[in-house]
Amino acid sequence: MMDIETRISEWRSHLLSRASITESDADELEVHLRDQVETLTSAGLHDDEAFLVAVKRLGAVDALTSEFAREHSERLWKQLITGPDEATSSDLPVMLACAVAAAIAVQIPRLVTSGNLDVMWSFYLRNAALIVLVWLAGYFVWKRHVTPRRLVVPVIVFVASAVFANVYPYVRFGSTEILTGTHLLVLLWFTVGFVYVGGKWRSGRMDFVRFTGEWFIYYVLIALGGGVLVGLTQGVFWAIGISADTLLSNWALPCGAAGAILVAAWLVEAKQGVIENMAPVLTNVFTPLFAAMFIASIAAMVWTGHGIDQNREVLILFDALLVVVLGLLLYSISAHDPLSKAGLTDVIQFVLIVSALFVDVLALAAILSRITNMGFTANRTAGLGLNLVLLVNLGWSAWLSLGFLRGRRPFADLERWQTGYLPVFAAWAAVVAIVFPPVFGFA
Amino acid sequence: MRIAKDLVAASSTPIVLAILSEGESYGYAILKRVRLLSDGEMEWTDGMLYPLLHRLVRLGLVNAVWRVPEGRRRRYYSLTDRGRTALADHRRQWRLVNAVMQGTWSEMRAIAAAGA
Repeated sequence: MMDIETRISEWRSHLLSRASITESDADELEVHLRDQVETLTSAGLHDDEAFLVAVKRLGAVDALTSEFAREHSERLWKQLITGPDEATSSDLPVMLACAVAAAIAVQIPRLVTSGNLDVMWSFYLRNAALIVLVWLAGYFVWKRHVTPRRLVVPVIVFVASAVFANVYPYVRFGSTEILTGTHLLVLLWFTVGFVYVGGKWRSGRMDFVRFTGEWFIYYVLIALGGGVLVGLTQGVFWAIGISADTLLSNWALPCGAAGAILVAAWLVEAKQGVIENMAPVLTNVFTPLFAAMFIASIAAMVWTGHGIDQNREVLILFDALLVVVLGLLLYSISAHDPLSKAGLTDVIQFVLIVSALFVDVLALAAILSRITNMGFTANRTAGLGLNLVLLVNLGWSAWLSLGFLRGRRPFADLERWQTGYLPVFAAWAAVVAIVFPPVFGFA
Repeated sequence: MRIAKDLVAASSTPIVLAILSEGESYGYAILKRVRLLSDGEMEWTDGMLYPLLHRLVRLGLVNAVWRVPEGRRRRYYSLTDRGRTALADHRRQWRLVNAVMQGTWSEMRAIAAAGA
């Protein structure tokens, strides 16, 4: 006969083998089990019987873990969307097919324009996102079994983007053409997100934020490895006395960059457990660093008495920086354990939000004075809009984050605000990409 | 008595909030209280209480703290201001539902009495 301690520890490790149960959940359930066993034994039951009854009362491990998983979707966000029994092995050929298709598609414009570099780059500027992301969207349509009814919106967005980006008479490499190119990327990424969540638009948004963060990490890892590989290949062929430069830059790089988008997405889906543990670490490393950088730049501005330079490049740099910080913020929110109380990382996060808010206000002031001095252009208006969109987001985030730190609000309020705000980014990107060109005369 | 699943699902949140409004408590004690209040008629699957409690914590209705008052380390749950507001709201809803049911049932009794 096994003693009760062994049985309890066996039961506990059985529980812990499930992804949805953390150590502290197991602690909580174990104390419960022990309380129950104690009550039953004092009522006259043997240890063995008491253990069996107590375990039965707690519920079957399968039912229990799936209930925990339902509440703590952040612990196994991927399984929840795809379903636990869906094999990822059948994914591989589909993913590879999509990756190859994306790699081929990205070559066609270069081959068709046959050497006319201006035409080629202008086409890529407007269409690169479309050409590649349509395959990523297609992969998720297949993977999530998206119904035709749910496909209406993504198809409309993709078709409309393709039409507007290619029908408008842009001035080649003018501001509006560049704005359309960059903002279509954002709009189409969110459209991929629409397909990704497979109709669970409300509950799935945070999962898509997580997906985006993990995808980015994988993509950077692949790009680093690919860069090293290309460099080495170049060196090896150079040593042999053959120049592989055109082959690499015309074929290997673009095909690799396009295909890697699909591969990274597949890796996130298939191997999410590997990086999931890195997400909180990465955000914990970079949140204080970005906060420190912002504080340093604010201090420098106060010290020197200079605001943000009205220089165009500087303003673009600051906007890019704010977008990166917002991404970091979203990612760290998605990695936050909803049960934990406000701690040091939350204080740092709050400092980051407030300092970013300051920088945003300064950038907004700079852009406004630039507009009053020199009038509205597509670039300035896009910058103004972006700063306002960020201002609203960061301002309310700061308020919610403060409420969480003071114990007045649950963390979920901040999470809900951020996920609820995602469509605003997509809508703004759509306005800049599609409404701005005619308004500003395609300049 | 077996209580329908839907009814258990609908009533568990207000019941837990109401028990916590009597003072902070932990999972096992909450279940004991439910059993006592229902004369042992209401049986929840014990483990399912914890995901429910965690959901209430996430929504900010309840706070959770690990503590070791006597012997065992336990997670204690207590009601927040938001939880008190939510409980008051639940009470209003249940009172209304209860009033409607009482009304229809006394009518049924009256009809049965008239028929007899």
